Amino acid sequence: MAETALTHPAEAPGRLPGWRGIAADWASDQRAFKNVSWGKAMMWIFLLSDTFIFSCFLLSYMTARMSTTVPWPNPSEVFALNFAGKQIPLILIAIMTFILISSSGTMAMAVNFGYRRDRVRTSALMLVTAAFGATFVGMQAFEWTKLIIEGVRPWGNPWGAAQFGASFFMITGFHGTHVTIGVIFLIAIARKVLRGDFDVERRGFFTSRKGYYEIVEIMGLYWHFVDLVWVFIFALFYLW
Amino acid sequence: MTNAAVHMEGQLHAPAHGAVATGAVHAKGQQHPIKLYLVVWGWLFVLSTCSYLVDYFGLHGYLRWSLILLFMVLKAGLIVAVFMHMAWERLALAYAILAPPIAVLVFVTIMVLESEYTHFLRELFFATPS
Repeated sequence: MAETALTHPAEAPGRLPGWRGIAADWASDQRAFKNVSWGKAMMWIFLLSDTFIFSCFLLSYMTARMSTTVPWPNPSEVFALNFAGKQIPLILIAIMTFILISSSGTMAMAVNFGYRRDRVRTSALMLVTAAFGATFVGMQAFEWTKLIIEGVRPWGNPWGAAQFGASFFMITGFHGTHVTIGVIFLIAIARKVLRGDFDVERRGFFTSRKGYYEIVEIMGLYWHFVDLVWVFIFALFYLW
Repeated sequence: MTNAAVHMEGQLHAPAHGAVATGAVHAKGQQHPIKLYLVVWGWLFVLSTCSYLVDYFGLHGYLRWSLILLFMVLKAGLIVAVFMHMAWERLALAYAILAPPIAVLVFVTIMVLESEYTHFLRELFFATPS
């Protein structure tokens, strides 16, 4: 484990190593999360709860797939695309994966430039991230359309186990919703960064609290989480 | 232990004073070189390509399962540790966030046993005899 980063150098006291440090941080009427603002801690806790929601979806998919006696449709063939007369397995999903990973890369760099107070680069990188996200959602809409035309429904499909459609629409639909919300969130924060809200600590419209560049990192946590969930969906739903 | 804590404190405050001295007063928070992100980005591409190739070459059985899970865990670890900066957070936060998902693994175990039992009953009573 690397050395703890100093978010608020003045407040962060020295850390005891290992379990003693954890016990000391959580004990004796203290703030448990010392060098992390409430906004960041709350985002992490929200993401933890979201982890459980996605886990439940993936678990119910696993249970349906393991307990059915009807063969499960082969995702490698279902999601194949025809390019120049050749069937290439899962190609659309692979491209979507690379797009989402790229958006995570640009987001990480946006956070970095945010803490350097480089307004133009931060907002530009956030808008690139949003564009990648919108592309991802567009490709997902294409994929849904293709499958619906081929006759996949939540209650059945032409290739095998009836639960395939329900699992697919539920899991990818919920993930796509997260990406869409993330794109809106990104555009809103990018606008604030570009306008210089965080340089003058302008108060927020809803919260009336001062804005800081840390919101870019908190936004980044959400976005990376969306990418993280896709890693699991890609492995467990599409590749399994 | 007290000495160690004082020593740690000295180490932790040293970079902050250094930053003030060089005039970069505003540069606080998670500051890491851009190169680190680009390297992780590259690795995520490599690992995604690897997991795609597992499907492309049609590997099957335990080899497929173990490779897919390996690449999945590596990718998730890179994203959480570097992109989400968990490697630089205090352990009190890291354990509070990373430990609870272990409960999901317990849930997975329960549901694997349960669905195998359901499958067994369906085979026994509902499947058409072949």
